[in-house]
Amino acid sequence: MTPADAALMDKADMADEKVDRSGHDDPHEAADVISKRIVVGYGFWIFLLSDIVMFSAFFATYAVLSGETAGGPTGRQLFDVRNVGIETACLLASSFTCGLASIGARLRSSRWFYGAMTATFLLGAGFLGLELREFTGMVAHGAGPTRSAFLSAFFALVGCHGLHVTAGLLWLLTMMAQVFAKGYRADILRRMLCFSLFWHALDIIWVALFTVVYLIGSIS
Amino acid sequence: MSRNEHNPGQPSSDATPGDAPGENITNYLVGLGLATLLTVVSFFIAQTSLVWGPSIPVALCVLAMAQMGVHLVFFLHITIGPDNINNVMALAFGVLVVFLLLAGSLWIMAHLNHNMMMPMPMQP
Repeated sequence: MTPADAALMDKADMADEKVDRSGHDDPHEAADVISKRIVVGYGFWIFLLSDIVMFSAFFATYAVLSGETAGGPTGRQLFDVRNVGIETACLLASSFTCGLASIGARLRSSRWFYGAMTATFLLGAGFLGLELREFTGMVAHGAGPTRSAFLSAFFALVGCHGLHVTAGLLWLLTMMAQVFAKGYRADILRRMLCFSLFWHALDIIWVALFTVVYLIGSIS
Repeated sequence: MSRNEHNPGQPSSDATPGDAPGENITNYLVGLGLATLLTVVSFFIAQTSLVWGPSIPVALCVLAMAQMGVHLVFFLHITIGPDNINNVMALAFGVLVVFLLLAGSLWIMAHLNHNMMMPMPMQP
């Protein structure tokens, strides 16, 4: 199928799916309709913003407690900036491949979609593996979340992001399975839109995280 | 809100985050390039001694904000066009709440710390 065909199908999907906000069929009111894709995307955008607000509470906690090491190890002694650099590269590259996957889904190109989704999964899993290795290493050296208020806040903040990535990876596999089983239906494509928004938002949170926690932590 | 949705010949008057008309790989490549550049600069100035020390945290925060902007524009396709007003308004409210939460917490806790540091009068 060519991209032009796909674009036509997109339009047909959008025309099929209307949420009539006026609630009746007056032809003069027909102008006041909105595609379901926009409603779903906007709703998910609101959810993502509230998720970011939740993260900002964790960030505020971390910023307040970052100096309270209770005589234990400081961030400067614990953080391995090289490891964080690799994690950042993984997540940034996975954000890019996630963008390719959403283009692939829009063009109904299975090769692009499955290839880019697989790359996104591998990069995300690589990020998660590096983070878990860092966490287990810290706990093994007696720098677990119970050591100091600083480490409690650190594990809460970075761990919360890690849990989001884990959920994102499970969602990613679900999306691949749904496209495989049901094809590029309009409802599946809306879920794919939400997934890609979620994955890009996780990368935005990671930008704040590696700056505030790791880079500023490693210089002070 | 969306007035032209029923007429495929006309552009929609609203856009959802993540969707952009004429979206293509070049868009993502530019975003990837800019984000990589900003990340590399961040990691570089955090470890170099070429930059005046006290300025580094400020520079890192500015670079992080710039990179978040790059992600919003090139990956989430948030624009300042009229079809994006709802998205930008929601974003602005989110940023306001985040700012109040962060600045408020740091401000209050810094004052609390300061007051706790006051030397207490010794009891006989």
